[in-house]
Amino acid sequence: MNDDDLRLLLLIRHFETALLDLFAQGLLSGTTHTCLGQEPVPVALRPLLHPDDFVFSNHRGHGHYLARFGDPAGLLAEIMGREGAVCGGVGGSQHLKRGRYLSTGVQGESLPVAAGTALHLAHHEPGRLACVHIGDGTWGEGAVYEALNMAALWRLPLLVAVEHNGIAQSTPTAAQLAGTIAARADAFGAAYLYVPADDVTDMRDLLDKPLTRVRDGGGPLVVEFATRRLGPHSKGDDPRSTVEVDQLRAADWHTRYAATLGPRFTDLDAEQRDRIAAVVRDVTGRAPVRERR
Amino acid sequence: MTAHRRVGDALNAALGTLLAEDPALYLLGEDIADPYGGAFGITRGLSTRFPRQVITTPISEAGIVGVANGLALAGDKAIVEMMFADFVALAFDQIVNFAAKSTTMYGHPVPMPVVVRCPTGGNRGYGPTHSQSPQKHFIGVPGLDVYELSPLHDPVALLRELLGSGRPSLLFEDKTLYAAPLRPDDLFRVTHHGFTAHVRVDDDIPADDYLIVAPGGLTGRATVAMRSLLLRYELSGRLLVPARLHPLDLDPLLEAATSTSRVVVVEDGPPGAAWGTEVAYRLQRALWGTSSGPVRLCQAADGVIPTAAHLEREVLVQAETIVRAVLEAHR
Ligand SMILES: Cc1ncc(C[n+]2csc(CCOP(=O)(O)OP(=O)(O)O)c2C)c(N)n1
Ligand SMILES: [Mg+2]
Repeated sequence: MNDDDLRLLLLIRHFETALLDLFAQGLLSGTTHTCLGQEPVPVALRPLLHPDDFVFSNHRGHGHYLARFGDPAGLLAEIMGREGAVCGGVGGSQHLKRGRYLSTGVQGESLPVAAGTALHLAHHEPGRLACVHIGDGTWGEGAVYEALNMAALWRLPLLVAVEHNGIAQSTPTAAQLAGTIAARADAFGAAYLYVPADDVTDMRDLLDKPLTRVRDGGGPLVVEFATRRLGPHSKGDDPRSTVEVDQLRAADWHTRYAATLGPRFTDLDAEQRDRIAAVVRDVTGRAPVRERR
Repeated sequence: MTAHRRVGDALNAALGTLLAEDPALYLLGEDIADPYGGAFGITRGLSTRFPRQVITTPISEAGIVGVANGLALAGDKAIVEMMFADFVALAFDQIVNFAAKSTTMYGHPVPMPVVVRCPTGGNRGYGPTHSQSPQKHFIGVPGLDVYELSPLHDPVALLRELLGSGRPSLLFEDKTLYAAPLRPDDLFRVTHHGFTAHVRVDDDIPADDYLIVAPGGLTGRATVAMRSLLLRYELSGRLLVPARLHPLDLDPLLEAATSTSRVVVVEDGPPGAAWGTEVAYRLQRALWGTSSGPVRLCQAADGVIPTAAHLEREVLVQAETIVRAVLEAHR
């Protein structure tokens, strides 16, 4: 694990933690979904994606945005509705668009859209791909299957990044998903890869070749990232027991690296904590964003 | 456009013209490839001429509108054919939550050149799930335009307008139009004010006995009604057909409405928060305080559309329904 990867992991971690703090202080309104515990997914993907690739994020998308743009101030301003907001304060936490990066708040909706961008890429920009992030619970949506069918049928360069965190809002996977994600991919003749989302270097080793195959016209790839949701679904809504969440925390990368990386970790952790603290001071001091026309 | 062509042929030719002039345009839909050419034959020949741009798809209405949305995001344009307008319900999310909202919800304009073509309406005996006119479910969605095909509007200009606006749109196409002639009835003269078509007997004859406002799919039935009103009841009025149902340009309607006290808004869907209700309300409000009488509504019955021809006729708006509505306004 190099310093840059660790920095990005920590940047996302401290950003999300700061958001929950701001909520607790009553400084944020509306809702937000943090990706605490799931940071390795966007960090591992970062060097594997090209700026001309499309990325479709979802409700739990701050990490995806930060990995692509490294812009915590623009994102926080968006979430807080302050000057400098990347989407003028209209979109908020889960409706972001910047170039070929887009998120939206309706589960499953972005899969067919991603397939459409992949169709464009296949025709006009071979070698590029569309990556779409979904959760395990989103396999309940029909749009996912319609899109996978077309993507496989037309051999589209589509990467479906499934962040399987074992839960969908309040519902454990066992209560909402029959069968397996692997068998679903197989049913469409789509490639499938299982990737434990723990060590970003190991993750990249697993992802490298299959992603090249997607870019070379091999058709869609479904990657099932095994990951953990450490925080609540949104702000304070977590029906899981503290024992269960504590077990997840014990296996979390932050806990592991704190124990194994020594002062290197402590220094970078402090650096990113301070960076986010400065961003929070900066953005909370800004004026409300004015309507853009 | 040649005089003998039918609306369906003109639409087919228009799609060909647009695909030829813009390689970034895609046409997607179920069973649209040759030799079948779509359930109504409107895309016949196009997949042969434009194999990359014309894509026949699985039976996935949400999925294909989603693909169209993705193409639009990537800088292309897309026209999607729904096999039957009833099925656009399955794509509601992609149209309303994605295409329409995306034009403004990211804080900066995002062009979404997507047209969803919807073969609409009954009088063909297809029954309750293949005959609906679902326009009203898409009226008043911020960012979404609703158009209706007519024999009076040039489909090339119309489609160029839809694709050029940067906003997603629905184009409702009454199925009975496909086989209808381009000029409804030589008794009447047609002029255009922007995208609103005006139909009346002759400029020299007064046409102030009534005003009918109707979407394009009713053009044929409305002109049959006008002929009968003239020949049997000596009533001479006008018909206005706006190509864009929403957002509606009220001005041309208002101009015509001020010269008569009998305005009838006609539509082929059931009552209840409908397009006609919206038009009637806006006209009535604008006419308030003038000598104009109440704006009347002529709508389909409040029921599903039956299959048996005699039952179907009773539910849908026919030429006689329009004649009765105009006569009623004269009582
Ligand atoms: C169509 C739709 N239905 C319901 C919701 C509400 N919702 C938001 S996130 C979520 C759970 C999603 O679970 P999963 O896909 O596993 O993603 P995770 O939250 O675990 O990252 C639900 C039900 C929604 N946003 N969209
Ligand atoms: Mg989940």
